[in-house]
Amino acid sequence: MSAAVARSTLLRSLLLTVLGGAGLWLLSVLFSSYNDLQLASGAFFFIVLAGLTVLIGVNGQISLGHGGLMAVGAYTVALLIGRQNWALVPALLAAAAAAAVIGIALGAAASRLRGPYLAGATLAFAVGLPGLADKFPGTFGGENGLTINPPTPPSVLGSSFPLERWEAWIAGAGALVAFFVLYNLLHSGTGRKLRAVRDDEIAASLCGMHVARTQTLTFVISAACAGLGGGMLAVVLQLAQPGAFPLQLSLSLLTAVVLGGLGSLAGAVWGAALLVLLPGWTNDAAHSFSLSQNVSANLQLAVYGVVLIGAMLVWPSGVQGGIRAIRGRIKPIERRAT
Amino acid sequence: MTKFIDLTLNGISTGAIYAAVALALVLIWRATRIVNFAQGGMLMLTTFIASAVINSTGSYVAGFLVALASGLLLGALVEVILIRRVEQAPPLNAVIVALGLLVLLQATAGMIWGNTPRSFPAAFSIRGYRVGGTRLLFAPNDTFILLAVIAVALSLAILFRATSLGLRMRAAAFQPEVARLLGVRVGRMFTLGWALAAVVGSLAGVLVAPSVFVGPNNFDPILIFGFTAAVLGGLDSPLGAVVGGLALGLVLSYVSGYEGSSMVTLAALAVLIVVLMGRPTGLFPAARERRV
Repeated sequence: MSAAVARSTLLRSLLLTVLGGAGLWLLSVLFSSYNDLQLASGAFFFIVLAGLTVLIGVNGQISLGHGGLMAVGAYTVALLIGRQNWALVPALLAAAAAAAVIGIALGAAASRLRGPYLAGATLAFAVGLPGLADKFPGTFGGENGLTINPPTPPSVLGSSFPLERWEAWIAGAGALVAFFVLYNLLHSGTGRKLRAVRDDEIAASLCGMHVARTQTLTFVISAACAGLGGGMLAVVLQLAQPGAFPLQLSLSLLTAVVLGGLGSLAGAVWGAALLVLLPGWTNDAAHSFSLSQNVSANLQLAVYGVVLIGAMLVWPSGVQGGIRAIRGRIKPIERRAT
Repeated sequence: MTKFIDLTLNGISTGAIYAAVALALVLIWRATRIVNFAQGGMLMLTTFIASAVINSTGSYVAGFLVALASGLLLGALVEVILIRRVEQAPPLNAVIVALGLLVLLQATAGMIWGNTPRSFPAAFSIRGYRVGGTRLLFAPNDTFILLAVIAVALSLAILFRATSLGLRMRAAAFQPEVARLLGVRVGRMFTLGWALAAVVGSLAGVLVAPSVFVGPNNFDPILIFGFTAAVLGGLDSPLGAVVGGLALGLVLSYVSGYEGSSMVTLAALAVLIVVLMGRPTGLFPAARERRV
C-alpha cells in the first residue's frame, strides 16, 4: 500500500486531500464561529496563494495583480448570485473562468514581458482596476460595492448549524480542489515544463517546449485560482467592494508566498495563516503596548515590509524551505535506524 | 476646442512630472539593472518631510531644499543598506526587496503622519494665465514645473556627457569589471546613481504633491505613470524618459478629460501593454540585445 502511494502521484494527492479534508472538518467542528470565519478566510487565501506560488516560484513570473484578479472573481460572484440568482457552485466556477479570461490577456502580454516589465504591468492592473467600480457605479455599485445574501446551510445539517461553519466548509472544499489540481499539475510532465521554462528559457525551447505558451498557461491557471479565491471571499464576507482590493492586498499576497517559501504548496498554507492571523496579532500588540492609532493602523503593513526584505536578504526559501532543511538533516538518521 | 487646449496644456505639465519620475527609474535601471519600485515610497517620504518643514518654518524654499537633500541621503542609504546585497541575486529578489521597501516606507509614513492625506502648497500661483479674456488651465506654477524638470534633465545630460564623474558612472554601469580594473570606484558610483535618482524622484514628489495631496498611498499612481513613461522611452534612455513622460502626460490628460479620472490608471496600463506588445524596447531602444 505505502509503496503504491509513493509511486502514484494521483493516489498520494488523493490521500493528502482526504487527510486535509478530515483536518479541516475537525477544526471547523472544534472552532467557535469566529475561528470558523478565520478558517474560511485562510482557505480562500490558500487558493489564491497556491496559484501565486506556482506562478512565481515554479514558473518564475512575478505578478502584483493578483489582488485585482481576486476582485474580478469577487465581483463575478456578487453579480451572478446577487443579480442573476445563480447557484453557488456555478457562480464560483464562473468567477474562476472570468479571472482566467483576464489572465489570458495579461498572460499573453506577460509571456513577452521580462521580470520587471511584468511586475510593472501587473502593478498598474492592481492599482487601476478598482477605478472601474467608480466608472460604472450602476453595475458595480461604486465605492459601496455589491452585497450578496449569505449562503444557507442545507437543511439536512439541522436548523442550528452555524453559518460560519458552513462558509468554512465551502471555502475549505474549494481549497482542497485547488490543492488537488495544483499538486497533480506540479508532479506531472507539465509541472516539469514550468520549472524548465523558469530555469532556462533557451534550453527549454531547444527541447521543443513552447516557452510563451507555457508561461501564458501558468498565468491563466494562477489567475483562475485568484478568481476562485476572490469569489470565495465574496461569499464568506458577503461583499464585493473596491476598498477590499487595494494595492496593499496584492503586496500582502506576495509577502505571504515569499514567507511560506516560493514554489511550495505547503508554504501557501503558512502564508494563508500569516494573512489571517497577523491582523489579530498586530491588534493585540497595539493594545498591550497601548500604541497610538496611527502606529497600530500601519503595524501590519510594516510587518509585511520587514518580512519581504528580511526574507529576501536572510532566508529566501521561506518557512517551508526551513522545514525541508531540518527534515533533510533528520532523515538520514531515521534510515540508519531502520 | 478650449477644452482640448486646456487638456493639452495640463498634459504637458503633468507629463513633465511623469518624466521626472521616469528619469529617476531610468537612472537606476542604467546603473544597476533594477526597476526601483520603491521610488513611489521614497518620493512619498521626502514629500512628507518637505510638508513637515513647510508647516513648521512657513518657507516653501526650505521645504523644497530639505526634500531634495533627504532624497539624496535616502537614495544613498537604500543602495548601501539593501540593494547592494541583492545586486548579484536573481532579478526577482531585487524586485521583491524594492516592493518590501515600498510597503515599509508607506507604513512608516502612516505611523508618523497618519493615513489621512494632507494638502501641500504650490510654489507659485495656480490661477491660470489670462489670454484674450479666457483663463487657460496653465498657471505660473506649471511654468515652474516645466522649468524645474527641464533644468534637471539638462543638468543630468551635462553630468553624464561632459564631466569625468559622469563618464565614470557610465563606465561603472556599462562594464563594472573593466571599470574597476581602470580604477573606478564602482560601488561608490552605484551609490551616487541611486542618490541622484532619488533627488530627481523627490523633486517630482514635491512638484506633484499640490495636485495629488500628501498621503502614504497617494503616490502609487505616480509610480505607475513614471514606470509607464520609462518603458515608453525604452527604460534605458534618459531622453526617452522625458519624451515618454510628456507623451504619457498628454494621453492621460485627454483620457481624464473625456473619460473621467477613474480610468486614468487603466489607460496607463493599456498604453504599457500596447507599447510592450508592439515595440518591447520602447521608442528609444538601446543598441544592446537583452542578455540571456
